[in-house]
Amino acid sequence: MELLSPEEIVDSFKTALGDSFIDAKIYQREVAVKKNKFRSLWVEVKKSAFRDAVEHICHLQKYPHLAIISSSDLGTEVELIYHFTIYYGYHLEELSLGLRVKLPKSDLKIPTITDIIPGAIFTERETQEMMGVEVVGIPDNRRLFLPEDFPQGVYPWRADETGPKDMLRVLPGRQKKYGSG
Amino acid sequence: MAVDETKTRYTIPVGPIHPALKEPVRLDLSIDGEEIVDVDVVVGQVHRGIEWLGMNRNNPIQNIYLAERVCGICNICHPFAYVMAVEQAAGITPPERAEYIRVIIAEMERIHSHLLWAGVAAHEIGFDSVFYLVWRVREEIMDLIEYVTGNRVTKAMFQIGGVRRDITEEQFPKIRQSLDYYKSLFGQLKTLFLDDKTIRMRTRSVGVLKTEDALKLLAVGPTGRASGVPKDVRQDQPYGGYADLDIKAITPDMLTGTVVGDVYDRIIVRLLEVKQAVEIIEQCLEKMPPGPILAQPKIAVLLKTLTQAEGEGIGRAEAPRGEVVHYVRLEAGRETLSTWKIRAPTYVNLMSIPTILKGGQIADVPIAFASIDPCMSCTNRAIVVDSKTKNTSLLSYRELHELSVEKTKGLEAEFDS
Repeated sequence: MELLSPEEIVDSFKTALGDSFIDAKIYQREVAVKKNKFRSLWVEVKKSAFRDAVEHICHLQKYPHLAIISSSDLGTEVELIYHFTIYYGYHLEELSLGLRVKLPKSDLKIPTITDIIPGAIFTERETQEMMGVEVVGIPDNRRLFLPEDFPQGVYPWRADETGPKDMLRVLPGRQKKYGSG
Repeated sequence: MAVDETKTRYTIPVGPIHPALKEPVRLDLSIDGEEIVDVDVVVGQVHRGIEWLGMNRNNPIQNIYLAERVCGICNICHPFAYVMAVEQAAGITPPERAEYIRVIIAEMERIHSHLLWAGVAAHEIGFDSVFYLVWRVREEIMDLIEYVTGNRVTKAMFQIGGVRRDITEEQFPKIRQSLDYYKSLFGQLKTLFLDDKTIRMRTRSVGVLKTEDALKLLAVGPTGRASGVPKDVRQDQPYGGYADLDIKAITPDMLTGTVVGDVYDRIIVRLLEVKQAVEIIEQCLEKMPPGPILAQPKIAVLLKTLTQAEGEGIGRAEAPRGEVVHYVRLEAGRETLSTWKIRAPTYVNLMSIPTILKGGQIADVPIAFASIDPCMSCTNRAIVVDSKTKNTSLLSYRELHELSVEKTKGLEAEFDS
């Protein structure tokens, strides 16, 4: 298998996605005595091309490892980062690849990728219940971590009115309200 | 609980709670006679909202201690991954000596965790003499950890931009002495676990996870490597002192020439990794560069830097059970983290459990489930529901364990006759 450099990977994304490619940044840091480089790559794409981008990552390595989906509440939109790693199995060649996609809060929907990567199911279920992002086409729609009696429409990771504010106890003498960012 | 309406199928929920649990989890097993036909994993019983605390209550330095308490056994790899993520986000480079000390501590943790697992695995199949023996030899590494860090369990060694305690030349002889002890013991452990006919019968071709399934279900750590996936963060990605060493991911074919992906292979991988860990610590002691152990020794200054920093970072470390991932985002002017996402190895390895258990027998559940080394004693209580009469009976941990012991004895009797 041919291993591409981070710059070549960014170029391959540009070619594969065209206008839907938004931005990319490469992070590098020298490590320990031999100064080998730790590298991570962050790619942002439009929501419409999200599944194409995941398929493109599968071209780079047949079974990319999806570590986790992280989600951040940015006020008017929610940012999801799919943390992939590619080129594992090669000594010091592995790359962390964060695939970033932003969703407006008026349309919090993202297609599932469990048909491409079956192991994405847990993290998709967690993103649904914790951030209130609907994963369209998810094969298992149940909650993952939250108990069954947890109220509907409350999302622990959100910083807006759908956050768990009302469920928190403010201890006596403590003014600051949690969850307000 | 879902009850199947077919004539011979039963659903057995296993778990979630037992006083000895390290991490409660519930397994809903659908069984047909003795055979397991379907498995559903239900998690979340001990969700503590640690990420939420990090995003709303604690500052980044306080979070190190919170990260350390994500797991009692891997309390090095979580802060390891966490501080690497924060260092990337804030642009801090830890000194070289600190990178080596981090590796030494992480490998000590691997030795103790794998030995702990080996003991429990022996117990699960009813081989209690091995269980006692392995846990006794584990005490040596626990004493060494206490000698180096000051504590047996939560070690509090990590700081953003370095480590909090040095490992000095005076400590080297005692560390080498313990490592020699494990080297002399390795042959015995290998004979005990790999050549014993009972262990072989209980673990060969039990709980098989094929290479392709492991890749698709994202199995990590010894679970993935035993299925032939050469994925090991220490080999793949330069981090800490590992970047200077030539580490190779351990797969079972190194010893046997083939990859089966069963429980036996998982034993091989963990045993060889204990040996590898000893060698890594020796190399680190030899190559450890001199110098400071912290990039910024003044905590107030460090905290100010972190409050003003803006950025994001990802930290990945190889825990005894597999890859730990921490994602951190810092926002300028904000005291807490703006985003913190933790991925522990059992999170992904649990998705392989249905594949591992399907087609197996109930008596194999304890050892097959334990073989992925989840924070594990979850198979401690089971309710058997008769789908026709809706009768519920409680299958206790003791009964489930006895089923497993009985199977071992039956196999031994068969073998002897």
